[in-house]
Amino acid sequence: MKKRFKVNKLITYLLLSVAAVISLLPLYWVFSTSLQLKSFQDEELERPTSYVNANPPKMYPIGISEYLEHWGKARDAEKAGDAEQEAYHREVMSTIVSDTFSGFKSLFQKNQMGMWFFNSLYIGIVVTIGILLLDSMAGYVLAKKRFPGRNLIFWLIISTMMIPSQVTLVPMFIMIRDLGLMDTHWALILPDLSMVFGVFLMRQFMLSIPDELIEAAKIDGASEWKTYWKIVLPLARPGLAALGIFTFMNVWNSFLWPIIVLNSAKLYTLPVGLKTLQDANLADFKLLMSGAAIAAIPMIIVFLIFQRHFVKGLTLGGVKE
Amino acid sequence: MQLSARFKNAGESLKRTGKQMRKNYAAYLFLLPKLILFTLFIAIPVVWAFLLSFQEYRIVESNTFAGIDNYMKVFESEAFREALVNTTIYTVVTVPFNVITALIAASLIHSLGKFAQNFFRAAFYLPTVTSMVIIAMVWRWMYNYEFGLFNHVIGWFGMEPINWLGQTDSALWAIIIMQMLIPFGVGIILYMASMSSISDSLYEAATIDGANAFQKWLKITIPMLTPSTVYLTLLSTIGSFQVFTQIILMTGGGPGYATETLVHLIYKTGFRDFEFGLAAAQSVVLFVIIFIISVLQYKVLNRNK
Repeated sequence: MKKRFKVNKLITYLLLSVAAVISLLPLYWVFSTSLQLKSFQDEELERPTSYVNANPPKMYPIGISEYLEHWGKARDAEKAGDAEQEAYHREVMSTIVSDTFSGFKSLFQKNQMGMWFFNSLYIGIVVTIGILLLDSMAGYVLAKKRFPGRNLIFWLIISTMMIPSQVTLVPMFIMIRDLGLMDTHWALILPDLSMVFGVFLMRQFMLSIPDELIEAAKIDGASEWKTYWKIVLPLARPGLAALGIFTFMNVWNSFLWPIIVLNSAKLYTLPVGLKTLQDANLADFKLLMSGAAIAAIPMIIVFLIFQRHFVKGLTLGGVKE
Repeated sequence: MQLSARFKNAGESLKRTGKQMRKNYAAYLFLLPKLILFTLFIAIPVVWAFLLSFQEYRIVESNTFAGIDNYMKVFESEAFREALVNTTIYTVVTVPFNVITALIAASLIHSLGKFAQNFFRAAFYLPTVTSMVIIAMVWRWMYNYEFGLFNHVIGWFGMEPINWLGQTDSALWAIIIMQMLIPFGVGIILYMASMSSISDSLYEAATIDGANAFQKWLKITIPMLTPSTVYLTLLSTIGSFQVFTQIILMTGGGPGYATETLVHLIYKTGFRDFEFGLAAAQSVVLFVIIFIISVLQYKVLNRNK
């Protein structure tokens, strides 16, 4: 019995590990390719060799092992007192380093990667703060106040969650164009601020706040705004955290609408920048993967730090109907 | 007599409503900013899309009423038929596969200790937080004919290299395989959360009845997870019918119409050809399809209740 239990556990770990490798392999490949040597002077072949386009593919950034090898040789030469050899290996080491990071360098120097990163970051922050404020206000009164039209408004908002966002693409395009907002960041921020999922999420969350606390604040003479700001918002913090993270992630990754309304390279967000980068450098995979790596890192960090809130947010929106 | 009483009642209730509205003016103020944005950027565009779909859109002159011309064009066009077929195949293959594998993965993870649970959950959710743009770019690279990772890996098994994205008979399947191999992170997390809320007493009772682990999984876990299964199936079907990013970045809908999908077609019609009326009609059809499928799935998956 006990032995079988152990075998089961082993098989479970084995299956999950294989699946985890498949899951993480593409991300690994992004980083590995972004750091791969691209025009390295190979000693045996005596010509510049691209290890990015290698057959068979190199499974890790080859610069790491090349660097260590030359570092060892340089040290040996130093011991033997061969200054010329040592200088040669030190030089190779520095070309390896600059070649390894050349993709990132050209992204920031020849393309406007820094600008795209900044645009994505500030639009994400502006929209997230706006959504948290607007949706918690709306969710609060929809959950806790009784007033004529409340149910109508709630169902109106909820029913549009069923409609795929692509339906509004064409009218929104015409509207943004006629408002003169084409090729501006307003064209992204305003539609993002009108997303309704957060209203639903905040309302569900606010329902669990006890009425007594709100009543007590009223009896103490607190204004409506003060009650919301000092009592309701602090209690809604877990819900706000979840909503904030998902909003930021959605805005950071949003793609279809931004490629329609943005035309100037300096206004691009990261996903739009990556698409134009690919359109212009179809086969330069080191450059493309360097861009992908830069866009991926922030979300990976956000996820690893706020993992708990991701789980919370998903279960808030999903399980409880 | 009765009628006038009714009028009186109606008048009074209107007065009451007015009074309540004044009393609750703060509630309306709290809602106002969101309602304005919602009206401008969701409600009006939705209605507008329906109206546009019955019009011939012209840039200079005013629009003309076109009746159902746009809809006729939608259903007569080969591109739309191909897009509908491709999107359907893509959905029918990937959605069940992803939901079932998420269920299995969550069940396996659930049986482990806390540390292993956190580790695998993170490993399977990480690709979901990464933008599809990034995923699509790296898969295009891995599918590369000459230097791609996949042609190297299938070489280990003695297979000839495949031009994955470049030929008509494999391109759609390359996109499908990619979707199958990206773990359904949302599904795994939701299933795990639901599993931990299943009462232990059910399992204890089954143990007393002599059920083994697999029987318990089949007869208790899966039925108890039905609400999650319904939700996840709906969610991923809706998402699947909107597949776009992979298409524009990996194949552009080609070769020919081999990987054309509904949303990519809407994008092309609207913003490459600027046929706004036709694109609006296509998007209304997409909405109707998604709506019908959602209702059907909800009914079928919930029928045991």
